[in-house]
Amino acid sequence: MTNHDIELMAHLMRRAGFGATRDEIERYAAQGYDATVDMLMDTSQSDGIQIDLIRRYHPDHSGGLGMAGFGAFWLHRMINSQTPLVEKVALFWHGVFATGYAKLAQGKVLMDQIQMFRDHGFGDLRTLLVELSRDPSMIIWLDNNDNHNGAINENYGRELLELFSMGVGNYTEDDVKEASRAFTGWTVGNTEYMKLKADNDSLWPYGRLNLHFEFRDYDHDQGEITFLGHTGTFNGEDIVDIICDQQATARFIARHMYSFFVADEPPVPSWPYTPPRDAEALDIMSEAYFNGGCTIKPMLDTMFRSDFFKSESVWYEKVKSPAELVAGVLRLTGEHRSYSPAIQEDANAMGLMGQTLVNPPSVEGWHWGDEWIDTGNLVERINFASEHFSKDFTAGIADTVDADITARGGSVQPHELVDTCLDHMGAIRITETSRKSLIEHVARDGDVKLNGGGSGRSRIAEMVQLIGATPEFQKG
Amino acid sequence: MTTATDNNKLVVVQLSGGNDYLNTIVPYGDGLYYDFRGAIHIKPEDVLHIDDRTGFRPGMEAIKRLWDEGKVAIIHGIGYPNPNRSHFRSMDIWHTALPEDIGHEGWLGRTTEELDPDGENVLTAVNFGRGLPRALGKRGVPVASVGNLETYGLFTDVGDEGRRKTVLDTFAKMYGTANGGDAVMEFLGQTGTDALKGADILRTAVDKYHSNVEYASNAIGQSMRDAAQVMFADLGTRIYYTQQGSYDTHAGELATHYQLWSELSAAIGDFMDDMDEHNAGDDTTLLLFSEFGRRIKDNGSGTDHGSGGVAFLIGNNVKGGIYSSYPSLKERDHLEGDLHFNNDFRITYTSILEDWLGLDAVPIVNGTFEKFDFFRNGNGTNGNGAH
Repeated sequence: MTNHDIELMAHLMRRAGFGATRDEIERYAAQGYDATVDMLMDTSQSDGIQIDLIRRYHPDHSGGLGMAGFGAFWLHRMINSQTPLVEKVALFWHGVFATGYAKLAQGKVLMDQIQMFRDHGFGDLRTLLVELSRDPSMIIWLDNNDNHNGAINENYGRELLELFSMGVGNYTEDDVKEASRAFTGWTVGNTEYMKLKADNDSLWPYGRLNLHFEFRDYDHDQGEITFLGHTGTFNGEDIVDIICDQQATARFIARHMYSFFVADEPPVPSWPYTPPRDAEALDIMSEAYFNGGCTIKPMLDTMFRSDFFKSESVWYEKVKSPAELVAGVLRLTGEHRSYSPAIQEDANAMGLMGQTLVNPPSVEGWHWGDEWIDTGNLVERINFASEHFSKDFTAGIADTVDADITARGGSVQPHELVDTCLDHMGAIRITETSRKSLIEHVARDGDVKLNGGGSGRSRIAEMVQLIGATPEFQKG
Repeated sequence: MTTATDNNKLVVVQLSGGNDYLNTIVPYGDGLYYDFRGAIHIKPEDVLHIDDRTGFRPGMEAIKRLWDEGKVAIIHGIGYPNPNRSHFRSMDIWHTALPEDIGHEGWLGRTTEELDPDGENVLTAVNFGRGLPRALGKRGVPVASVGNLETYGLFTDVGDEGRRKTVLDTFAKMYGTANGGDAVMEFLGQTGTDALKGADILRTAVDKYHSNVEYASNAIGQSMRDAAQVMFADLGTRIYYTQQGSYDTHAGELATHYQLWSELSAAIGDFMDDMDEHNAGDDTTLLLFSEFGRRIKDNGSGTDHGSGGVAFLIGNNVKGGIYSSYPSLKERDHLEGDLHFNNDFRITYTSILEDWLGLDAVPIVNGTFEKFDFFRNGNGTNGNGAH
């Protein structure tokens, strides 16, 4: 097993998951790259999350009663899931089909939407988009419940084309109106009852009942619709069928996927004007999409096994989202392995960094890449990592670094401490200039000697803390 | 008449989501308004009268008071050619002042650079809220972005002051040398360096602040209070930015729009009182804008994306009055079902940049535009009032 194998595995786990500890990386590297991709892609495995216990003892989080609690519950799954790619894919679709609590004020439907991404996020795009169009939170978020026969509300029709499938420039304003007509009558069924219920059950001991989808035949436009050159008496499913067959759709989804898993692309509004970083990669992924019958899983599979993904030129070419940063740090420190309400505070930290789960700023989702970074957000990110890497002396990385140094006789030179910490934090690679600054930092106090805890131990902790504060740690 | 001084400050409030112009400055004297807005309208008796044709929506009482004091400029029909009805694109256009091309530099990023060409003060521009709006973005131009003023700072968990200083030294070294030949690393390095410089200074603002004004605990109230705290700490901040929303009222507009404006109007009233209490009122101008207005015809419970909007300029040195005119509601004057814009937003930007901040506006707004005569003269005496 070469160092390159280890670093490549660390790269895969950062992208297809939320990072991994040194032990996990070694284990996966030993079983081989392809076998690890197989493992990650196997969505039939249990994620190992004890949902029954969490539901029983923490209904405030698992019941989806509110946005904050659900964010905490999802963070717990990101940290602990044994199928991290499932959570990553759910997060991917959440960014593309961004739906926000702010307008819904009903957490349960959003929780169900995220579960729908877990269930259908690897499957065929047609099912995913039809499920999305029937999703009560989406219907309310983009006002399709106000989209009536003879009085269209084009909010959903427009975003379905602009942001969810094809991207601007690939359809006309008429297509937007016609698509909207096809989705008339797609609405939410039991709103009156829900409202009554919400007025009465102040504590929601069993969670709120759910909104559900309803198709109202009498409110559906039965007229002839012309959409992207096809004419017929279309319903929403027919629109989705036409969308899924478009080259533009394959490329739009591929570009999103490339940007999320491989290397940051500019935000969506620039796409019509800025060529993709790697057009060939998008060709390969589009081809996998069509060869697989307009399905997502083959795109992911092809991507993770491709040279363009494995290439060192894309390592660290992404700025970590707050979810990736927070979940990544907590996976390393070993915190929150069992469920405790204290996880709420860490979920809230994501919000301070600019990403409150299930509450994106708009239907466009969060802008990514270096737009995650401004002075305010960077301060939050650094302080979060610093606090978590320093507070837990008895577990997590400090422990394994300690054991490693002890095995080498209990004393190391400054550069050895830096390198050992980098290695144990997940085979992290940093620039030579940053490494030099860190070595100088340690050298101020000389070699590191472990003498049964004491100052040696706190110097390890401080180094881990500083590595968490490097500019490189912001990327993944 | 110009009043530009080195001490003048601009406070920008972005109304995110597309504020409904027709239900903000209500044309209650025009029967067409009630024809098009069968469901989503403000009743004539509820309007806060400006004149016998228009008035502020309920909830804007504080702004109405400032209007009565002659401190509010209403810019009717503001927009740009070939309006775009995508939130993101339209907001980008307002942020970059580039309607035809995709720009990456914000107009206030450029403004900040002009105000402080050598980047000596990392607090020349401060954003209050999470995430930096593109308006303030320009590579190499430091802009502080503050979620919560009270807890702002780096490595605040390191209790030992000596250790913290050492850690901060190493941090400064790493971010000061970060480039690795790649733009993102360079950007990270710059941002980290700026954050470090700004953080410790900003935290002092909270302690220095005393005021008799009590802001509401809602988000916009807190943001305006944070802005006031930074302003009174005399840190050399000239550009203040915050946002409120969402004004994307496709549904349930009447209740949502009322609440948003009630909170915003009250926050602005409090902010102006705070300015006056601290003798800062004459140096401060507020700009309120949104990315677009909304469709003339309602959709039954709300309104869809439109074009042609309204903006406001507020301040002791603003000549209160009506600028430009209310676009016609007659069907033949509509622009694809929307109000037809009649003045380019870059006219307003140009006027602010040249007459309030004393800068050459052309390179910032990407062109030469006329100006509105918004500001009183340097002595604060009355100008010629309404246009």
